[in-house]
Amino acid sequence: MLTQRIIPCLDIDCGRVVKGVKFANLRDAGDPVEQAMQYQADGADELVMLDVSATVDGRSAALDTVRAVRRVLSIPLCVGGGVRSVEHATDMLRAGADKVGVNSAAVENPTLLRELSEEVGSQCVVLSIDAARSTTFEGWEVVTRSGQNRTGVDAVDWARHARSMGAGEILLTSFDNDGTRSGYDIELLSAVRRATPLPVIASGGANHVEHMISAFHCGADAVLAASIFHDRDTTPNQLKQQLAQRGIEVRQS
Amino acid sequence: MNRVVIIDTGIANTASVCACFTRLGCDVMVTDDPAAVRDAEFVVLPGVGRFGAGMRALQSRGFDRVIVERYEQGLPLLGICLGLQLLCTSSTESEGVAGLGLIDASVTEFPCEVRTPQHGWNRVGDGYAYYSNSYRIESIPAGWSGELSDHGGPFVAYLQRGATLACQFHPELSGAWGERLLVSWLKRSQEVSRC
Repeated sequence: MLTQRIIPCLDIDCGRVVKGVKFANLRDAGDPVEQAMQYQADGADELVMLDVSATVDGRSAALDTVRAVRRVLSIPLCVGGGVRSVEHATDMLRAGADKVGVNSAAVENPTLLRELSEEVGSQCVVLSIDAARSTTFEGWEVVTRSGQNRTGVDAVDWARHARSMGAGEILLTSFDNDGTRSGYDIELLSAVRRATPLPVIASGGANHVEHMISAFHCGADAVLAASIFHDRDTTPNQLKQQLAQRGIEVRQS
Repeated sequence: MNRVVIIDTGIANTASVCACFTRLGCDVMVTDDPAAVRDAEFVVLPGVGRFGAGMRALQSRGFDRVIVERYEQGLPLLGICLGLQLLCTSSTESEGVAGLGLIDASVTEFPCEVRTPQHGWNRVGDGYAYYSNSYRIESIPAGWSGELSDHGGPFVAYLQRGATLACQFHPELSGAWGERLLVSWLKRSQEVSRC
């Protein structure tokens, strides 16, 4: 039986791990290779690395980071953040990513995911959706550029079209809950779950195992967290023991 | 040192496979030259994407003949994911396209009631393997040994016969368990092919 995944997330800026709240107030949190190795040893099922660099130098440093992490990593690596073109995405894959997440560029250029999936296969393509409660309509809207741009696109509708656009998986981040440790946005997750057959990774707001159990009960296939692992509050293996006791199938390592 | 040659069909992502065999102490080369594959000690056929595109990529460079020749000579071959499926006779993903036909099985899609694509870790024997697939074969064909996983019913996790190992999962992404499987393939296939 397919198990439920726990995915630590590393935000990378110019080759260093950083952590912020609501995509802002970044603080340095260490070396990505060391942290990747630690998470792998601690039972992570996969890693997500988001490049939050705003500069060209930062972008090319991110490729070096992907290469360095790939050398030590024997679990899947998904890389995202600022991926704007098929060429940029294939650079990430060649450097050692197994999947590429696309967010802003997918909204601005809706044929990008299709072009990318035709080039590399949809299993390598993750539609990354950052969603915030809309101030203009009932529901959630897609936000891009680290939350600075509210697109007016209905996030649930966007998820509904993910498969036909060429994505093989959805990384769903609640912009409202990200970094707040108040739990995943369960209403958002449930609505997206009903809209798409694709695997969904819940992200934004995790603080303890109960949040993860709620997400799995709402149909998440994987849960992503950053702060709780960075701050060493817990490890994937500790969470898995608790999840297994609650009847959730996880990989024991 | 074991010399591993990875077939670059232009459509597969080879970085993780390279990194894995390098960690295992192998001398790794990625090539789009069929002659290098013919003369290699160990050959890996990775693969992502569609069955039809995969077969076209193999045929356009003449890899198809080299792989069949090596198989008939009993030389070490590892197929990963689509690399397993291309060894079969056909796939419902690309109707009318013939596979390499080394494994007498046809590839079909997972039933619609289970999550597709299957992204994640599924149990295989005493361990867990990482999968990323929408298609699979349902039972172990005659003449092969192997193990099954379950996703809406049993399906083939991996097959082995002589010096050939074909995995539906990604051993290079399956942690220490996957690395142990590859180490045993390197060792066993070398012994078998020298007999």
